[in-house]
Amino acid sequence: MEFLAQNLLNGVSIGSFYALVALGYTMVYGVLRLINFAHGDLFMWGAFLGYTALTAISAAGLSPGPWVFVPVLPGVMIVLALAGVLLERTAYRPLRSAGRLPPLISALGAAFILQALARNLYGASYKTYPSSVSLPGGVRILGDVTMGTTQIVAVLAALLLMSALHVFVHRTRVGTAMRAVSLDHDTARLMGIPVDRVIAGVFLIGPALGGAAGMLVALRYGSFDFTLGWTFGLKAFIAAIVGGIGNIPGAMLGGLILGVVESLGAGYISPQWKDLIAYVLLALILIARPGGLLGERCAERV
Amino acid sequence: MPLLDVQDLSKRFGGLQAVEGVSFSVEPGRITSLIGPNGAGKTTIFNLITGIYRPDRGMILYKEMSLVGRRPHAVVKLGIARTFQGIRLFPGLTVRENVMAGRHCRGKAGVFAALLRSPGQRREESEIRSRADDCLRFMHVDQHRYELARNLPYGDQRRVEVARALATDPELVVLDEPAAGLNEEESASLVALIRQIREQGITVLLIEHDMKVVMGVSDHVLVLDNGRLIAGGRPDEVQANPRVIEAYLGCGAGAAAAPGAAPDVEDARDV
Repeated sequence: MEFLAQNLLNGVSIGSFYALVALGYTMVYGVLRLINFAHGDLFMWGAFLGYTALTAISAAGLSPGPWVFVPVLPGVMIVLALAGVLLERTAYRPLRSAGRLPPLISALGAAFILQALARNLYGASYKTYPSSVSLPGGVRILGDVTMGTTQIVAVLAALLLMSALHVFVHRTRVGTAMRAVSLDHDTARLMGIPVDRVIAGVFLIGPALGGAAGMLVALRYGSFDFTLGWTFGLKAFIAAIVGGIGNIPGAMLGGLILGVVESLGAGYISPQWKDLIAYVLLALILIARPGGLLGERCAERV
Repeated sequence: MPLLDVQDLSKRFGGLQAVEGVSFSVEPGRITSLIGPNGAGKTTIFNLITGIYRPDRGMILYKEMSLVGRRPHAVVKLGIARTFQGIRLFPGLTVRENVMAGRHCRGKAGVFAALLRSPGQRREESEIRSRADDCLRFMHVDQHRYELARNLPYGDQRRVEVARALATDPELVVLDEPAAGLNEEESASLVALIRQIREQGITVLLIEHDMKVVMGVSDHVLVLDNGRLIAGGRPDEVQANPRVIEAYLGCGAGAAAAPGAAPDVEDARDV
């Protein structure tokens, strides 16, 4: 029982990071019907930019404690938001009317560029955040089920960002415009919605969330390298598909399911088999519901 | 000074001259209708005004500003809102959200203000909501505000579309066949609403096939045939015009139907 609870908890914790990254894929797909393959690498850059900031703080003679996240996390989010908008301007907008395939190729190209940049600037070795930034100790949740304080904070931060996004999309003028654009570009434009600016807004928010996830993942796992975008980012993409791509609650659900299945597979069978188990289950879900769990049937997209 | 002044407007699609040298003006505070057989170029003119197409030739002046080359969302911001021939609501948004989306162009709080939930942004959100509700109430569909737009009956969807156009605070609303697919009773109440829109000081430009609607509501009627303007005037003048009757009924029918041929002209929409 405790073993199950511990694995579920781990699963939710990993899953919330998958979900945070999956949101970026799903929001862009919602408004452009484009798989933004570069999103995983923006996420990876979040981890690296955080690393740079932490290293710089150490070099400045300050001891980087957990407090550094208060300025660094929003800073990384802002830088990545700008990078996202730049990406849209240079790689996607010029190809907006070129059909579906050219932007996809452009997305792959951007992914490779971002990856190569990270490898060349930071080297191919694994990076770690200084252990001093982690919060010490853990919390006993029930019986022997425990969770590190850092993990708890990271998960709470992920959940907080997701609820903020939900409120934003459903309760604000720009959020409503985003949903309108995802349903029908032409009508939105004719009703006075500046579609290009709304799309830029999506590229502001998705990468910002991805960047935050990058730092939180680096913090939780301890080490990462330039392939983080492919390994972890690709799983987040799959989470978005399982949830029903284009659907925001779907991305969150898909992320959590993937995290939990993976964690249960690792716990009950073998860590070496966890990916295989997870993907077989996901394949089964997609066979049963090709549009994803909340796809198609559910109207809500962004 | 006319609110909208169209001069020598022309648009060609490949081999088809959709609109040819059309000039007319829309006076403020009036209901002007554009009629004509299918394919006469009515919707093309609407699309030229609202920035979907760019004219090959001619001028479109709105309050003495040129609309040519302006993008659709910029045209809306200047005060021209439209509805569509086929209904084009956002099907997956609620009725109220549809109308709130129409209100978008009058707001200014962006992504950052929304994330910070600044007081100005919250005030704006509640203003958008209450203005949307006003428009829904005006069109008598506010009881449906929490339903998804696609679940509404056809006639109510049309009303929501008009409400969404009104939410943009237009000075000119352009209605593309608002009575299409409505029954007698529904179109009668639509006529009453179009009059009320004018009473609010909003100028109306109407495309309509239903002659009862056109003749009952219009101050000024323009008749288009094969991309050219063939007549213009008060409804009774236009109804008596032999060229109009001919355009609707074909050659030779003019003599039999004129003058004062309202019932025949009305039947012609089924031809």
